[in-house]
Amino acid sequence: MADVISGGSAPAGGWAQLPVTTRLKAFVRRHKLAPYLLLTPALAGIALVLLWPLIQVAIYSFQNYGLQQAIGNLPTQWVGLANFTTTFKDPEFWLSLRNSVLFAVVAVPLTLLVGTIVGLMLNRLGKKMSIFVSTAALLAWATPPVSASILFYWMFAPDGGLVDWTLARMPHWLVGSTNWSSYNWATTGALPGYTMIALLVIWQAFPFIAVTLLAGLKTIPAELTEAARVDGASPWRVYWRITFPLLKPIYLVLLLLSCIWDFNVFTQTYNIFGLANLNEYNLGLYMYDKAFTFPPNYSLGGALALIFCVILLVVTFGYVRAAVRQGALT
Amino acid sequence: MTGTDVTATKPAAPPAVRARSRGKAATRTRVARRAKAAGLNGFGLLIALITLFPIFWMVSTAFKPSQEIFSLTPNLLPSHPTLSNFHQAISGSVTGFGSIWLFFRNSIVVSLSTVVIAAVLALMAAVAVARFRFRMRTSVLILLLIVQMIPLQALIIALFLDFKPLNLLGTLTGLVLVYSAQALPVTIWMLRNFVATIPKDLEEAAAIDGASAGKIFWRILFPLVAPGLVATSIFAFITAYNEFIVALTFLGQNHPDYTLPIYLTYFFGLHGAEWGPIMAVSTMYTIPVVIFFLIVRRRLVGGLVAGAVKG
Repeated sequence: MADVISGGSAPAGGWAQLPVTTRLKAFVRRHKLAPYLLLTPALAGIALVLLWPLIQVAIYSFQNYGLQQAIGNLPTQWVGLANFTTTFKDPEFWLSLRNSVLFAVVAVPLTLLVGTIVGLMLNRLGKKMSIFVSTAALLAWATPPVSASILFYWMFAPDGGLVDWTLARMPHWLVGSTNWSSYNWATTGALPGYTMIALLVIWQAFPFIAVTLLAGLKTIPAELTEAARVDGASPWRVYWRITFPLLKPIYLVLLLLSCIWDFNVFTQTYNIFGLANLNEYNLGLYMYDKAFTFPPNYSLGGALALIFCVILLVVTFGYVRAAVRQGALT
Repeated sequence: MTGTDVTATKPAAPPAVRARSRGKAATRTRVARRAKAAGLNGFGLLIALITLFPIFWMVSTAFKPSQEIFSLTPNLLPSHPTLSNFHQAISGSVTGFGSIWLFFRNSIVVSLSTVVIAAVLALMAAVAVARFRFRMRTSVLILLLIVQMIPLQALIIALFLDFKPLNLLGTLTGLVLVYSAQALPVTIWMLRNFVATIPKDLEEAAAIDGASAGKIFWRILFPLVAPGLVATSIFAFITAYNEFIVALTFLGQNHPDYTLPIYLTYFFGLHGAEWGPIMAVSTMYTIPVVIFFLIVRRRLVGGLVAGAVKG
């Protein structure tokens, strides 16, 4: 029996007399198929639902796929780079791109900064206190984005919102002479709108950064930092000379993940701004508007999705390289 | 090592100086240390309060009657707590197409189905990449890393057009298919780390004793990898429970199949400023996942963080 399974000599009666399952098993063993068989369902799912649509989006972006083509009234035609030239000529596109990029440029460092401060604090707290604070903070992270968006909308709402109420009671020299009590953060413009979204995103993202950094901080031997501190090095110096260099790989991963998350904000902008105010579009809203607002233009949306992917690909390349360097593939 | 030059920068004080000031200095350092600990704890409490406040405010608003919500001086706690906001959400009278329990059921069905499918497929794949050396193994791992980064936003147009002829738009099945595939890359990576920590000797010993592959899997590998499976399942559950853009696009106007986030968005769009009922719906959507999270916190966070720290 053992001989058969390991694919050794043929049994006395020949292969055909063995039950099918046994023969299959022997075949799998002989050709070392097990890992491929185990991987097939997962990879098939990924290929069908994630990779194939990506290729399709790329194909659509060079065609004129709209409502008529989707119904079947008109044939789909190749249009070369027309969708891209339309996009690059549209000032709205550049505005959305600017909003997306500026938002990420501001929100990513702020999230990392707040996460670092809280992470360092958690590391110096007592065990119980540390667990209490990190659990409390992680509740913000666990809150569904739709709930969080609508909740922040309510806190920043004019006429009754808590933030406007507080600002209206602050002295003018501190908060300016704006009529805060009816200030509408969501519709006044891109700056107040994205300020609100930045606070929302930082509130939801910093706990994960802090907890991940805490896990990294725990791996640094306490003697290292304590010795430096006893010798009179300032906490600032200890952080930059000892802690940061040791945590650099973790920071790299967190930086790249944050870039991707903050570049992707759609749930938040859709729920807070809607598709109403063109000045407040980011790339996600712009793409969604082009693709699904009547009349739908799937090709134009596809071109935008492709541009979106190319931007993310640059970040992803950095992420994969960081992972490979850390030896994550071994 | 940068650590060593810092330690070497300042020579220690001469022993005579230290001895002279020992008594006073000791009390001073003790007081200073206590003040520092108190300050740190205070700072920690402040952070906890600030992060918890929005959630508290959501729940508090949900229990307030409307005249309190729009009063000129907001109170932290409702002075006349009421359940009427929740009644509105549960009766479904406001939207006219069903009680919140229906959407709750939809969300749970979708999330649980996603968990089951993703867990089974991911475990198989994780065993393959953690236990076997084969050609393409590195390519598969890199592929997973890249795929993990593709946002559903970029795929939504193609998914919408693909699922339309299959009659999967406006159905929960369509959502489950997308969510399972989306959860796979991360869950495979997480499970792979768990499988890799199990010593191979156990399986080899069992194999020498003549145990079949199936028996080795169920009797040895599965019990040991179960905690990892819990962590990845929670991750898949929360991702599916929170997902927005696919549900928004797929479900369209098919109200009976709405999941909770889409129902909340719809409700919010319908009743712009009725914050009481909106926060009641939001609370009913958020609190279960928050409680669930509190129960399983350590497992989930441990698994996710291990993934990020390791790469």
